[in-house]
Amino acid sequence: MTNSINEFEDADLFLVTGSNTTAQHPLIGSRIINAKERGAKLLLIDPRAIQFAQFADLHLRQNIGTDVAVLNGMMNIIIEENLYDRTFVEERTEGFDQLKSVTSRYTPRVVERISGISAADLEKAARMYATSDKAMLVYCMGITQHTTGTDNVKSCANLAMLTGHIGRPSTGVNPLRGQNNVQGACDMGALPNVYSGYQPVTDTAIKKKFEDAWGVQVLDDKVGLTVTEMMIAVRKEEIKSLYIMGENPMMSDPDTSHIDHALSHLEFLVVQDIFLSETAAKADVVLPAASFAEKEGTFTNTERRVQISKKAVPPPGLARPDWEIICEVSRLAGYAMDYTSPADIMREINTLTPSYAGITYRRLEQSYGIQWPCPNEEHPGTPYLHRDRFTKGRGTFLPCDFKPVAEVPDEEYDFLLTTGRIYYHYHTGTMTRRISILEREAPVPMIEINPEDAKRLSIKNNDTVEITSRRGVIKARAEVTGRVPRKVVFSTFHFHEAPVNLLTNPALDPLAKIPEYKGCAVKVRRCV
Amino acid sequence: MARTPSICPFCGCGCEFYLASHGGRVVGIEPSPSNPVNKGMLCAKGWNAYEFIHSPDRLTKPLVRKHGTLVESSWEEALKTVAGKLTEIKSQYGPRALAFLSSAKVTNEENYLFMKMARAVFGTNNVDHCARL
Repeated sequence: MTNSINEFEDADLFLVTGSNTTAQHPLIGSRIINAKERGAKLLLIDPRAIQFAQFADLHLRQNIGTDVAVLNGMMNIIIEENLYDRTFVEERTEGFDQLKSVTSRYTPRVVERISGISAADLEKAARMYATSDKAMLVYCMGITQHTTGTDNVKSCANLAMLTGHIGRPSTGVNPLRGQNNVQGACDMGALPNVYSGYQPVTDTAIKKKFEDAWGVQVLDDKVGLTVTEMMIAVRKEEIKSLYIMGENPMMSDPDTSHIDHALSHLEFLVVQDIFLSETAAKADVVLPAASFAEKEGTFTNTERRVQISKKAVPPPGLARPDWEIICEVSRLAGYAMDYTSPADIMREINTLTPSYAGITYRRLEQSYGIQWPCPNEEHPGTPYLHRDRFTKGRGTFLPCDFKPVAEVPDEEYDFLLTTGRIYYHYHTGTMTRRISILEREAPVPMIEINPEDAKRLSIKNNDTVEITSRRGVIKARAEVTGRVPRKVVFSTFHFHEAPVNLLTNPALDPLAKIPEYKGCAVKVRRCV
Repeated sequence: MARTPSICPFCGCGCEFYLASHGGRVVGIEPSPSNPVNKGMLCAKGWNAYEFIHSPDRLTKPLVRKHGTLVESSWEEALKTVAGKLTEIKSQYGPRALAFLSSAKVTNEENYLFMKMARAVFGTNNVDHCARL
């Protein structure tokens, strides 16, 4: 997030798109509902009538995967009606003419044809966002999990810059991170192209810094593979071994049959986890890890706040904290790692990571966390980014053209399947499905289907239905609901009984390599 | 009963709570009343984020596959197998034949060490995690 959770309290308008906030980020969802009660506006852009639809001042239900067209359409209206922030555009941005030329093609009539949103609603939305003093744009995986994910994100940033809704409190572009330390995993360089603090592996000076600090002769200066590319490389026998810590690609990755085949292809698979997950069951060696309650360490939340978590209980049996296991494997492979504690590791992170330089255990223990960038021990942390300038100087408008989803429905596969999470479960279900209260609330996999489609296919609530894509087939119970539009079905990836990623399309965004979980073609029938 | 400050293991909000523990078991959760993120509140997942910690399904011993089946082993055997096999594959096929998947569920310190292991110990930039999924 460019801005902070507490700033939700002062915003005048929220544009929420591709985020089922009350279900996936409930504590942020309730901030938005509280803000509504004191008079803030809520503009929702989402194909599904999620809980926020009941609170929204305006809900645009675009066709799946048409986000770029909708956002371009809003920008076109904002420019046409002179509602953009001229001072901000002139002083802080570049590329406005290109933005204007691309977005001018997205007239309300064109956008209506692509997205199904009426010209009147689009105009209303554009005016609402542009004329608010402090508007926060909030998005989640509904924006990113598309083959046009990068274009969608760029379009969100274009809209915020055009209207000057960035670089001030209670504004900004605010992606909500879906896992408690997905921000931290990125910050720490668990990515193929960067070391900690987003320092590129291809930069000679950075490489030298890490070689010296780590005492190694040569570090690789070529960008590695992303998770989605790794699985392809495994099948091509370019990758022989995979070491997986605390992840479950057999449930979380697209096209499960392909992942299953890839993992079976490996010469050596190591899985370090707290449960024998679907992935761990395929491993050659399984290393038992401590859970969050059984170790000390820091986590970084969606607003870049680094917080400390302490050890409450000992791990079960012989399980050990992940950091100790990594030290042992490294030592046995001939590289000494002699850390005495997580605080000891953080001291090394401080010296090598400029944005974390001032985030020490001493300070964290006396506070409710520190938001990076925090370049030194005296620095208070950074609640919002891009105050006087963007990191690169001027913000560049990067206009994009609309492209449809990779797998468009046809006569046979006539529905679009979109996937996500529900309120009571989390990710692949390894934790929440072992919590009896949550399991009681949502014990079985459901497929949401629109009442008109259900009627046509003679499907009633709780009927077992079969969903088939070109890659696989699952069965689940039907929930007949107007939450989904016609010709769209929705399901989750929490349930191993109906693993929805058997169906999903592994088509990737060309830059971010993120799969298109939010739309693939399927067919639906009632099981008899 | 001990109270230990902790961060919720689920979404990216980063709500702080106290784990109430007794006799080596977590028996309850109390939201932090003053943390600026959650200000004394939690969602249904957060309030219940402890039952799985003591699930009978938890892995308690290393497992090594022998004759097609995963069997319990000592740490020494499991760790030596991992380090030995990764070193062998690296020397036979080169470092890019290895790949490492880190985790959005473990700590910053552990993510840092894992990527350091991939890069400094085994010489590959094939390291990623599930941010995209």
